Amino acid sequence: MNNSVTKNSIRFVVLVLVQVLVLNNINFMGYINPYLYILFIVLYPIKNNRSLFIFLSFLLGLTIDMFSDSGGVHAAACVTIAFLRPAALKFAFGAMYDHQTVKIATAEFVSNLTYISILAVIHHIILFSLEVFNTSEVILILKKTLFSGVFTIILCILTIILFSKRK
Amino acid sequence: MQRIINFIIRNQSFLLFLLLFTLSVIFTIQSHSYHKSKFISSANFLTGGIYNSSHRITQYFGLRKENEILQEENNRLKTLLYNTSISGSDTTYTDSTSFNSKYRMTPAAVIRNSYSSTTNMLLIDKGVKDGLKEDLGVVTSKGIVGIIENLSGNYSSIISIINSNSKINAQLKNTDHFGTLEWDTQSPEYVQLVDVPKIAETNLVIGDTIITGGRSTIFPKGIMIGQVTGFNLDSAEDFYTIQVKLFNDMTNIGHVYVIENIDAEEIMNLLNDDE
Repeated sequence: MNNSVTKNSIRFVVLVLVQVLVLNNINFMGYINPYLYILFIVLYPIKNNRSLFIFLSFLLGLTIDMFSDSGGVHAAACVTIAFLRPAALKFAFGAMYDHQTVKIATAEFVSNLTYISILAVIHHIILFSLEVFNTSEVILILKKTLFSGVFTIILCILTIILFSKRK
Repeated sequence: MQRIINFIIRNQSFLLFLLLFTLSVIFTIQSHSYHKSKFISSANFLTGGIYNSSHRITQYFGLRKENEILQEENNRLKTLLYNTSISGSDTTYTDSTSFNSKYRMTPAAVIRNSYSSTTNMLLIDKGVKDGLKEDLGVVTSKGIVGIIENLSGNYSSIISIINSNSKINAQLKNTDHFGTLEWDTQSPEYVQLVDVPKIAETNLVIGDTIITGGRSTIFPKGIMIGQVTGFNLDSAEDFYTIQVKLFNDMTNIGHVYVIENIDAEEIMNLLNDDE
């Protein structure tokens, strides 16, 4: 229990620092940035206190917002994917989730990809809709979601592979 | 009563989600309206401190470029100085730079710059303790950068001119036709000067310079902004929208100057009395 709390706290701080000091400055092709910090929400233990989890995600988003002066856009996107995570888990892992035996680091690659993609796409759509905040710029929102989304998904998968313990 | 409590307990995660989501949307809306984004700002000691220590490391990579910009500016100022001293070298000459000056300048370093989002902000390493206030203009040696929005003791955040909420009064250099400088979020190199009256048509030439207008108390008149690269009439055919290529490279801002108009309060008082 204690081990899990420490692990997640360190992950929280490290992901925020990596996001604001490194990844927010990539600006590939002018505007494409990966949002790796959602890995905190992706990897949070499956057996959890749901309210606490949603609140922590809100805090994560708000911290990123504070660093990037963006109002509350990251916070809104984060609470939404935290709330929708059980549904995404169920869709991606099926029966394994019902038995509460999902281990994201060791799960099948395809299920993992589906799970991360669902969360990343929802997160990015909400993030960019609120950031642009203008219904006449739908194309811009979709463009940003697509390119940044692909970047985020690839980086998330790579990070999970890199930091997972070998079987 | 029992039922209400039961309902709340059963749906607690959904209700919590709804509450937090609404809260973040409120923060977002506040950040889109001028001068209301007080709560969530990077101008505080924690985020400012972290950006400052990271800036202390990364600033070395840009030293060569910064030196070139400084030398260029020195060169321009020296030219100005030697050319004016010849005409003003009589005995009745008094140095008017030391008293009765209208503007106070404060140098500052940019410790964070963003240009990929639609609401771009900058963070500088000077704040209330250095005598800065809300609504002061920020410029570089080449042109304008933005306006101070939030302050803490040692840091202030600046709403950049490439921010879709930014609106700055600007005009053509050779005539006094003025308009509002806005950004259409497309490219960090170009901004748009909108609401320029149709009658300005005869004076519009591609390559003309756009400068700040003297109609606000924030910027002094005549600070360079950019160059006209194109213009077209809006849908109602009454006003021109002018494409302006910025002199500043907004993706690479190192050192800036904050301009304070000492008479701003007096002017604001006068204007308020009118209403």
